[in-house]
Amino acid sequence: MSTTTPGTSLQLVELTKTYAGRPVLSAIDLAVDGGHFVAIVGRSGCGKSTLLRLLSGLEAPCDGGVLVNGEPLRSVNLHARIMFQDGRLLPWKSVLDNVGLGLRGDWRSRGLEVLRHVGLHERAGDWIARLSGGQRQRVALAKALITQPRLMLLDEPLGALDALTRIEMQQLIENLWLEEGFTSILVTHDVEEAVTLADRILVLEEGRIARDFRNDLQRPRRRGDPGFSQLTAEILDTILTQGGQGSAPQKTADHATEAVTPEHGHSPRPTGQPAGARGSERSDSPPIGEPSGALTAQLQ
Amino acid sequence: MARFQPFQLNPRLKRSLIPWLVPLLLLVLWQLLASRGVIPTRILPAPSAIALAAINMGRSGELWGHLSISAGRAGVGFLIGASLGLLFGLINGLMPRAELLLDSSFQMLRNIPPLAMIPLVILWFGIGEEARVFLVSVGVFFPVYLNTFHGIRSIDPGLIEMGKVYGLSPWQIVTNIVLPGATPSILVGVRFSLGIAWIILIVGEQIAANSGIGYMAMNAREFMQTDIIVFSIILYALLGKLSDSMARGLEHRLLPWHPNFQRTAKAVPSKPAIS
Ligand SMILES: Nc1ncnc2c1ncn2[C@@H]1O[C@H](COP(=O)(O)OP(=O)(O)OP(=O)(O)O)[C@@H](O)[C@H]1O
Ligand SMILES: [Mg+2]
Repeated sequence: MSTTTPGTSLQLVELTKTYAGRPVLSAIDLAVDGGHFVAIVGRSGCGKSTLLRLLSGLEAPCDGGVLVNGEPLRSVNLHARIMFQDGRLLPWKSVLDNVGLGLRGDWRSRGLEVLRHVGLHERAGDWIARLSGGQRQRVALAKALITQPRLMLLDEPLGALDALTRIEMQQLIENLWLEEGFTSILVTHDVEEAVTLADRILVLEEGRIARDFRNDLQRPRRRGDPGFSQLTAEILDTILTQGGQGSAPQKTADHATEAVTPEHGHSPRPTGQPAGARGSERSDSPPIGEPSGALTAQLQ
Repeated sequence: MARFQPFQLNPRLKRSLIPWLVPLLLLVLWQLLASRGVIPTRILPAPSAIALAAINMGRSGELWGHLSISAGRAGVGFLIGASLGLLFGLINGLMPRAELLLDSSFQMLRNIPPLAMIPLVILWFGIGEEARVFLVSVGVFFPVYLNTFHGIRSIDPGLIEMGKVYGLSPWQIVTNIVLPGATPSILVGVRFSLGIAWIILIVGEQIAANSGIGYMAMNAREFMQTDIIVFSIILYALLGKLSDSMARGLEHRLLPWHPNFQRTAKAVPSKPAIS
């Protein structure tokens, strides 16, 4: 890691967001150390995007707050770069001009450099409409990277991509993260993606962090490794048995994560520490490491 | 017996010629009927007579005088109306407070057909240039205003949000995101209003003018010169078509990024599928 400035640290203090009287996030407490890669998974509508929007300062909390490097966040978070699912590129600007949007001075050579990083420098002069979905995502990534952000917020960045492109993009993101050392918060529907990339995986449920998994698998991680499948299956089970439909037998977090080899051991939280109250009510019986849909780990 | 072979045209040429067949036949029929006296010249002169009238007027210079006067009126009226429409469209589109103040007034005025104001306009301005320029400006204002406003308001809020997260100032958001995003809609307004400008001008010039194509037609009526009248009508059609093509050219120039206006790589023929 050639880190010059460390990644931004985040602290969420009783962070609460209510829409029209309906709580979306209720008093979330969370600390993310600089340079960590955190993934947030959960059912649709559980407030993942809302959480990211609060972290980026696009939305103001109803109660509580966010500390960015210890400073309270009051307006748009300029440490952060968001990569949106739909890319949000400007069709009336060329690829290169999209990458350099809002920059001053001589950024063009740097823009080309970043585009080379994502393998698109030959398309620098093209219109956005001429790019494929995966290429657009890579432009969005380049655009987020050019300012060397210390905090990267990724809201389902790869949701619209096919499986192959997605794996490529995951590798790209992982490598860039290893090189640049920024803090990453990744929202995803894809549990495997979370397990591939993150060293901490939060399960969001009804506006709370229901579970906090630590993932110390060695990088680069490979689908199909026993530890990988185990963790994936366990996270999936946690999500699927939420909302009172949990009639299927369960296992506890600690049980599963024990099998995962701790390797860096820099996770701020103890293994699988439940942040919600539900963990204790679960029975643990079934065998672990079943191929329990690990390859079809797409939640909607 | 050798079969009669019609000439072999290549299919593309054929396709572009066929649509002209019916108009051509009608023209020939019209010419025949008129020259035989079936259609009296007083009602409709022969196409050849119209062409002749056009040539004569062109030679005498009368045509160019009227033409440039009409084009000037349409141009000035259009510029004034479109600039104001653009200005207020931008102001109201960007500032909700201005919209609250002005938009409903504009919506009320919009429902007045500009031509209904002719008597009043003649009282205000007489039959001078101002009257016609004013009418054209009013007619042009609303399409440009509405489309500018609508174009700004229908910009994807996600893009503006993206601009904020990427640290753009409000002014940068306007110049980088709002204006380019609204341009397609603004150009629709421009194209639409060019058509309206001509319509208003025709009527304006026929009622109150002593020059211009509309005047040329009305003047010809007094002398029962139907050939000149029909020629004036054709002239309006051509001018309308010309300004529409100009607006389309503008779209191609200003929207090179837009998939609808992108030049498809016609020079490179698509490769045949691998055999
Ligand atoms: N601007 C808003 N006004 C009212 N309700 C909102 C608004 N934004 C989000 N919500 C509500 O907040 C809840 C959480 O929304 P959010 O977009 O954070 O979900 P999500 O977890 O990102 O879901 P998904 O995985 O489908 O993207 C939803 O019930 C949604 O209807
Ligand atoms: Mg979302």
